[in-house]
Amino acid sequence: EVWQIRLDLHLLNHDGNIVDAASIAGIVALCHFRRPDVSVQGEEVTVYTPEERDPVPLSIHHMPICVSFAFFQQGTYLLVDPSEREERVMDGVLVIAMNKHQEICTIQSSGGIMLVKDQVLRCSKITGVKVAEMTELIQKALENDQKARKEGGKFGFAESIPNQKITAFKMESAAVDTNNLEEQAEEIITKAEPPAEVFTNPILHTPGTAQIGEGIENSWGELEESEREEVVEEEDESEAAGFEDQKMETEETKSTMEKSKDEPIVLSDSEEEEVVILEPQEPPKRTR
Amino acid sequence: MAAAELLSDEGYRLDGRRPSELRKVRARMGVFEQADGSAYIEQGNTKALAVVYGPHELRGSRSRALPDRALVHCQYSLAAFSTSERRRRPPHGDRQTAELALHLRQTFEAAILTQLYPRSQIDIYVQILQADGGNYCAGVNAATLALMDAGIPMKDFVCASSAGLAADTALADLSWPEEAAGGPQLALALLPASGQIALLQLSARLHQQRLELALEAALAACRSLHAVLDAVVRERLRQASQALGD
Repeated sequence: EVWQIRLDLHLLNHDGNIVDAASIAGIVALCHFRRPDVSVQGEEVTVYTPEERDPVPLSIHHMPICVSFAFFQQGTYLLVDPSEREERVMDGVLVIAMNKHQEICTIQSSGGIMLVKDQVLRCSKITGVKVAEMTELIQKALENDQKARKEGGKFGFAESIPNQKITAFKMESAAVDTNNLEEQAEEIITKAEPPAEVFTNPILHTPGTAQIGEGIENSWGELEESEREEVVEEEDESEAAGFEDQKMETEETKSTMEKSKDEPIVLSDSEEEEVVILEPQEPPKRTR
Repeated sequence: MAAAELLSDEGYRLDGRRPSELRKVRARMGVFEQADGSAYIEQGNTKALAVVYGPHELRGSRSRALPDRALVHCQYSLAAFSTSERRRRPPHGDRQTAELALHLRQTFEAAILTQLYPRSQIDIYVQILQADGGNYCAGVNAATLALMDAGIPMKDFVCASSAGLAADTALADLSWPEEAAGGPQLALALLPASGQIALLQLSARLHQQRLELALEAALAACRSLHAVLDAVVRERLRQASQALGD
């Protein structure tokens, strides 16, 4: 029995040089991964859950990282880590993967560019420098994450995204063309259909009541049903979002407002007016 | 790694060659009458066949035609009987052959003078009949000869060779057991006159300081191969002019 590990890479935004980004993401994910601990006694294999024993990291021998070089004008210009715009106009790309022990893991030249031996050697030296920097950065990031988990701080993808608060709602005033307004209005009126024929004969049922025309079908029955559906939907959503409290509050305020129409409505001191924001649930603390 | 096995104490490789020695090259041009250009090359036990059609008008979608140069279309396939066990994977369509075909296309697009044939297409089909190491390089060499046989103008020969490392000695032109040993392998395609590298591929780990060693070995191998291919082309030309009665 062996473990099988699967690495899925998703590209969210392409702004050039996917290869480098993907290689860093892949190797960091593998270094960050922890698998359940196992003990083997003869033929018996026991797999421990994360609660019983701390999960174990994979044994990573080395961290290969890719660096891409874009060539322009038949090798006159060389750019490291090309952006999307640069990739569109480049002649070709040379990718060199290296680890921090200065071992080249792979070289691939593509795009039909013509290289000279010295260019290749120069690129490999530049790669050595870049990879050393990158490996240091990765080590630091992994250490920070491990520290944060141990101390019980916040970690994970959601936490790494900064909160963006909307503090003001501003709408630019839109200009409306009021030239020739009268002419436009005239046009609309003349183009519109003439009103339907007027029924000139009212039908008298009883003194004081008269019926003019037939009238359309009563659609109030349908309206009631759809309203009921809407309310049910809202309730389902609100259970998750915690809006139920707020909704009940607003309903109560409405009812209080109706009762006390004679009195001046004071909203600021009412308890129901207090808006309560429910904190998202804290994730269970995991010790590593 | 398996370095001790690859190179004996006296400095002989598994098949008795010296580290910088190439395998025996036998090549023939014009093997088929119907195609515009064809060539067959044997490098040791590796056998590769290349066929060239063109330049001809674009078939199918005319919209793909380039207004200022010719389109190069390549296909690379490994015959089902080429390896020791019959291949069950599809000859085209699997990712590795598709990638090699792409590399072929890029290499030859840079080497052929495509500006001379606007709005036309050149087809290159490479078939590996026996795979005994250096398959892709043999394919490139065969394609070069086939293009010359078809009379398509090129900037220069495209000579390809593989190279590897055993401890601190560079080995040129790897055979299949040497490739399978798992050491670092370099595949290089060179335009000999200008010394420009059209394709460079390295797999497995190699220390940066040894890169130059491996590169030099591959470059030297390509240059020796160029001499052989040049002789083959001249011989073919001599035969053709004799047939014409010059």
